[in-house]
Amino acid sequence: MELTLETRELKFDYDGKPVLDGVSFEVKEGEIFGILGPNGCGKSTMLKNLNKNLSPTDGSVILDGTDLAEIIKRDVARKIAVVPQTNEIHFAFTVREVVAMGRMPFQGMLSGENADDKKIVEYAIERTGLKDLADRHINTMSGGERQRVIIARAIAQTPKIILMDEPTLHLDISMQFDALNLVQELAKEKGLTVVIVSHDLPMVARYCDRILMIHDHKIHALGTPEEILTNENMRTVFNVDADLIKDPKTGRNTVILHDSLSSH
Amino acid sequence: MVAMNKGMKMLMISVIMIVLALVCVFLDLSWVSSTKSYTLQEIIDTLMGNGSWGSDIIIKEINLPRVVAGLFVGAGLAVCGSAMQAVFRNPLASPYILGLSSGASLGAAVSMMFAIPLIPVMITTPLLAFVCCFATMVLVYSMSRIGGTVRTETLILSGVAVSSLLAALVSFLTFIAGENLEGIVFWTMGNLGGASWEEIAFMIPIITTCIVLLITQAKALNAMMLGDIHAMDLGIDVKRTRLIILILTTMIVAAAVSFVGVIGFIGLVIPHILRIILGPDNRAIMPMSIIAGSSFILICDYISHAVAAQFGTLPIGVVTALIGAPVFIYLLMKRKKEVGWN
Repeated sequence: MELTLETRELKFDYDGKPVLDGVSFEVKEGEIFGILGPNGCGKSTMLKNLNKNLSPTDGSVILDGTDLAEIIKRDVARKIAVVPQTNEIHFAFTVREVVAMGRMPFQGMLSGENADDKKIVEYAIERTGLKDLADRHINTMSGGERQRVIIARAIAQTPKIILMDEPTLHLDISMQFDALNLVQELAKEKGLTVVIVSHDLPMVARYCDRILMIHDHKIHALGTPEEILTNENMRTVFNVDADLIKDPKTGRNTVILHDSLSSH
Repeated sequence: MVAMNKGMKMLMISVIMIVLALVCVFLDLSWVSSTKSYTLQEIIDTLMGNGSWGSDIIIKEINLPRVVAGLFVGAGLAVCGSAMQAVFRNPLASPYILGLSSGASLGAAVSMMFAIPLIPVMITTPLLAFVCCFATMVLVYSMSRIGGTVRTETLILSGVAVSSLLAALVSFLTFIAGENLEGIVFWTMGNLGGASWEEIAFMIPIITTCIVLLITQAKALNAMMLGDIHAMDLGIDVKRTRLIILILTTMIVAAAVSFVGVIGFIGLVIPHILRIILGPDNRAIMPMSIIAGSSFILICDYISHAVAAQFGTLPIGVVTALIGAPVFIYLLMKRKKEVGWN
């Protein structure tokens, strides 16, 4: 059966103010789906609703035909992994220990990693190029390295869907490409579905198959990058003069940012 | 290979620690006076029922309750400390620093002053200690919570502030109560020897059950140490887990304080030292805290008696603080980054 994630008239209020006001969309299996919008538009809240870290004020999130409200958190974690924004970690867990935590949704309360778990963990470590760093302590690592560890943990979760919250925000440019190239490969190989929340126009244009543009807590537009990243849409939502173009070297989509509209 | 080494290391450390704990038990049982101790043979004979009249009294009736109380209180407080440090994501959190011990002591002191008819003090004391202790936890936690995160500075400050107030209230009560209450020393420095067998028998199941339940949460706590959001992403019901942990730690502290008074710093020092040796994995830290906490409190108890010739028998809290407070200061000074002072 094809795995789907969809929202129906999703509403979320924070302190009585609507952060998401009736949002409906469907993510298809194996696609890279971008949720795009300026800061404060509600896109991070959206992400938290998608894996039940928050519960909608109204409306619903449907995973594989079942309302998330009826699935326990642990079962959600078996299907959906998240790469949150990188934060400092103060305790000296090794990289391998953190990656192994990705197996938690599949383990009993007290049981340790079995042989399968260990193989999956080593696979995730290798896949993210962390082999040489596997015994390093995570509290001594840079933001970029830490995010790679968290991506490895998400892979170790063997999810159907990975949600990424601003994956490019604190990373060096080369690492931004590395992170997104990796999930793109996984999407192609394993049929992994990826949902990326971001305000990074060029990156979203390059990697996403479809884009949901959020403006004023509602859906502004939904479609392919060519359909969505029009000069007009980017003017309205991001207040910039920008165009979608084909990168002359790679032939892939990118966004060229001409200027801000408010500075003149 | 790596796993093998890790397992071997754990086994070796366990054996060393159990031997250490046994040494501590016998050491503390052996004490008679600053000039006389029993030998191992005499202790074993007495415990087996072949002791002399004198050794029966001293080892079985004076030393043994103290040692048993110490074993459980030390274990309980150390496991509490490791659980709290994980929940608060903060190596400085512990029952004493956050004022929980003072909260429990206030409840216990009040219950002893104003006895409720028909209900034995042995039940009202830990019950009221629990209520006050939990209220303190909620108060300190909500005071230090700013915009959904708990910062180290505010957490420690709130703990210290609330703790001073509660300790002052307890001192006030003991002062006006006169003979109804044990002295101020008991409520600020503790006394392992103060608990009767009945009280110990009441305390043991509470502490044991809570420790076992806390250890079942060790894995969830590992994920919470990375951050609540990480734990939620891994399928953990963070709110529920946090509530469970806070209730269990409060119960342990309330039970311990009700019967042996306030003994500080065990919950801070033991998990910290263990993390240096074993790393942060709570599946190792929490069980090891049981043995290490017991050993530590018994060593401190022995020291508090061993200096009797010079100073008289010290309150045990003096010894734990003399060892623990410098560790606390060291943590503040050297681990600014670790505790979140960037």
